Amino acid sequence: MSAATEIVRLTVNGDRREVGVPTHFTLLETLRYVIGLTGSKQGCDKGDCGACTVLLDGEPTLSCLTPVWEAEGRAVTTVEGLASVEGPHPLQDAFDLNGAAQCGFCTPGILCSAAALLDRSLDPTRQQIKEALAGNLCRCTGYSKIYDAVEAAAATLRDGTGPAAASESSRPRGAERTVE
Amino acid sequence: MTDGDRNMKSDLRLIGTAMRKVEGLDKSMGRALYTDDLVFPGMLHGKILRSPHPHARIVSIDTSAAKALEGVHGVITGQDMPTTYGVIPWTPDEYPLCVDRVRYVGDGVAAVAAVDEDTALRALELIAVEYEELPAFFDPYDALEADGSSPYVHDAKKADWNGNITKKVHLEFGEVDELMDGADIVVEGEYFFEGTTHAPIEPHCAIASWQGGGGFERPSGESSGKLTVWSATQVPHYLHRELARVLDVDQAHVRVLQPLVGGAFGGKSEPFDLEFCVAKLSMLTGRPVKILYTREEVFYAHRGRHPFHMKYRTGATADGKLTSVDAKILLDGGAYASFGLVTTYYAGQLLCAPYDLPAYRFDSTRVYTNKPACGPKRGHGSVQPRFAFEVQIDKLSDQLGIDPIEFRRRNSIGSHTRTINELRVTSNGFLECLESVERESGWKERFRKLAFGRGLGVAGSTYITGTNYPIYPNDMPQSGVQIQVDRSGRVAVFSGASDIGQGCDSMVAYIAAEELGVPLDYVRVLRGDTDFTPVDLGAYSSRVTFMVGNAAIDAARKLRSMVQEAVAEQWDVKPGEVLLAGGLALWASDTERQMHIREAFNLAEAKFGTLGSTGWYNTPKDVHGEYRGGTIGASPAYSFTAHVAEVDVDVDTGFVEVKKIWVAHDCGRALNPVLVEGQMEGSAYMGFGEALMEEHVFKDAEHGRAGLHDGPSLLDYRIPTSLDTPELESLIVESIDPEGPYGAKEAGEGPLHPSIPAIANAIYDAVGVRMDRLPFSPPNVWRAIVVAREAGMLRKPTLSDRADAQTSAPESVATPEFVPGD
Repeated sequence: MSAATEIVRLTVNGDRREVGVPTHFTLLETLRYVIGLTGSKQGCDKGDCGACTVLLDGEPTLSCLTPVWEAEGRAVTTVEGLASVEGPHPLQDAFDLNGAAQCGFCTPGILCSAAALLDRSLDPTRQQIKEALAGNLCRCTGYSKIYDAVEAAAATLRDGTGPAAASESSRPRGAERTVE
Repeated sequence: MTDGDRNMKSDLRLIGTAMRKVEGLDKSMGRALYTDDLVFPGMLHGKILRSPHPHARIVSIDTSAAKALEGVHGVITGQDMPTTYGVIPWTPDEYPLCVDRVRYVGDGVAAVAAVDEDTALRALELIAVEYEELPAFFDPYDALEADGSSPYVHDAKKADWNGNITKKVHLEFGEVDELMDGADIVVEGEYFFEGTTHAPIEPHCAIASWQGGGGFERPSGESSGKLTVWSATQVPHYLHRELARVLDVDQAHVRVLQPLVGGAFGGKSEPFDLEFCVAKLSMLTGRPVKILYTREEVFYAHRGRHPFHMKYRTGATADGKLTSVDAKILLDGGAYASFGLVTTYYAGQLLCAPYDLPAYRFDSTRVYTNKPACGPKRGHGSVQPRFAFEVQIDKLSDQLGIDPIEFRRRNSIGSHTRTINELRVTSNGFLECLESVERESGWKERFRKLAFGRGLGVAGSTYITGTNYPIYPNDMPQSGVQIQVDRSGRVAVFSGASDIGQGCDSMVAYIAAEELGVPLDYVRVLRGDTDFTPVDLGAYSSRVTFMVGNAAIDAARKLRSMVQEAVAEQWDVKPGEVLLAGGLALWASDTERQMHIREAFNLAEAKFGTLGSTGWYNTPKDVHGEYRGGTIGASPAYSFTAHVAEVDVDVDTGFVEVKKIWVAHDCGRALNPVLVEGQMEGSAYMGFGEALMEEHVFKDAEHGRAGLHDGPSLLDYRIPTSLDTPELESLIVESIDPEGPYGAKEAGEGPLHPSIPAIANAIYDAVGVRMDRLPFSPPNVWRAIVVAREAGMLRKPTLSDRADAQTSAPESVATPEFVPGD
């Protein structure tokens, strides 16, 4: 009884993929349930919450409202595609260090929106951060720690260093005394 | 404070610093797995058919066409699980699927499992249900006064109650009437708190896998099976018990796993229909079954904050001392009991701090209506009365010409005392909270002195840090933690605590690292699985840090003693002179004498055998009033909070902009200040949303179908975005509680309470208008402004305003008398 299935060609986090999907599938359903990239979340399935936000050619896009066919021939980046082999994207590290992810369910979408912001500007004002994240609902944090994290990541990217200030204070005291 | 104290440590190294969360990077990297991220071979997808009627008899259900549809593997109805359940053992009034009656639009009547979601949805359309519609109750006063001419929502619980009454509580402490009569001033007010819902971003989701036979037998020897359920729940232990009971499976053959939970706030703190349905469908089909609620279903599952109709009389002396409080409260409970028995008590019991009340009486009645069931939401049962009472205090201080912070200071109950309802209060940092918000907000220079339209308001509150009595009566510990260490120096902590984002998995890791002297990244937390973690009762009532934290200290100290003893023997020193810190064992007298912690663990393993320990915590049981209900509200410790809110009110539109909220909270000790601030800010944010935007309301017959949710989506039910949310400033106050882990108390719920009344009081400071009903949305505020303008009262109040300054919203809710409870 499954619906008609067709092959769709996608580039997801740099990988070229050809997958068979029901013709009515959204990009989110394809990512989560066909390709198995479950980082992008479904919070409402109607474009209200922003938890499904991915980057489509670098632009934050609600993948739950995007028919998968609209992603053909375009670069899809999900939260799983932000990091490099060296480690987390500065935003990802800063979110952990600053307590920006509580339950973490909105986090993948917020990270995609924030990454697009930092691609445009490495020195965003707090108002610009608020505007960039206005389509992503967070029910845990009150957003304050998220702003702190985005600002810390922007500073890191500007300096070209690790997320220094935050990480120093966050290293467990005494950990550096471990002897091998 | 010495190490000899059961829960203290004099040389804290990690505790109190900013630390990563154990699952923090998993969440930001997209690796963290939530229930809907799990897929199992052969897994089927389930869907639940829901009632379109608010109140109806089920005449018949025909599932034959659905069963015949290709791709459908199982269809169940209420008859397949005819056992009621409920989180409170005394009020099990829900069936997993309705058996003979539906009680709200959205009540489940049948469920299917099919190869995919589309097929399951098609199958639902093929199920024919014949209903006989019944008159429905939507207004709680109608429900209360019903005469039986149409069927009540439930059968009567007592001979002299109608069947719409869940619970009545009437409690009286001190000479209420005498002290009220003798008061220099009495303020009366009526307040209405519209219901709100949790709206976690993750919808409820559950998966079940039944392994029939296979050697799993009942005690009688009859073949049975093993049931495994994964669920986005904040109470795996209660779910475990109810699954076994309702589905008649041996508790030992039920395993509940809790993947990471994407927010809950009380909205996932009891069993739900989907958990029973996936279990039954898996037992029927022999295959794993998943059900994921749609966002609409999350709104109908609800269990959110009850609408409260409240009436308060509050007396005080001319110099601003409270004398007597008299409260009448009607709770609109929706279709089922949920935690309602507790809510009805909390509505009154949790008001007796942070102020000293010489006399107090409350009548609290909860009624059923044909709407989704209300339950516990962050600040369970006490956010609504706190709103009313803190506005009452603002009115009193205003009429007496006393600064409202000073008024609160004069009435502070203090530490190490008892409330009028005999709750034991230990540490209390309320005065420090008041001082903190007073200083940081520039209160003295700005209160009553800002330009018309701009205002400051203050409010205070208290909240429990867990409950002394568990939901089902038993003498076992409330929390257990198990720790083992291995030869690599690694520490494994087995914790049954429910991390719903608040950070309790990290909290136990911080404690293990602190006590055993290992770096934080040597600690692994194994959690969320009833097969291998000790029982913890769940993430509710702000109990986790206090109880699980104390259990973790207990377990870790037992191991620490063994390690100290083994190292001391090696060095020929006293065990008390061996420090474990920073990945080392060190001699206190000469820290140059040291060894790697791994070596220390190995010495201990050689001396004592394989290393492991269990720790536990149980609550004090002898610290409450000896009256019926006296145990409800009894907590091992209470947190305290004060907020100042600053608002800007547009008198032409009624639009209120909250510019900033200063949040001072006494959390005992901040184990990780970053996480404590996160709880304070998240709480203040949630209260702000309830104050200005959120309304969980239903259509009436004139505006659509009666009982239909007014807007079950995150677009229509507006929660604050980044652009709506005010600046939030966290001000941590540490009172170091004598019984908390290193002195810690709760931080997850208390800091929500004052947001709402602080904003209401700030609106009054801005434009002289009292907002006694929620939310303070533009239409509600604008109507109050119109009335005030016509009365000539739309103006900046002055510091010495007297009673004539009072104005009220025109639609302040009528509160008819109702019969006091038993």
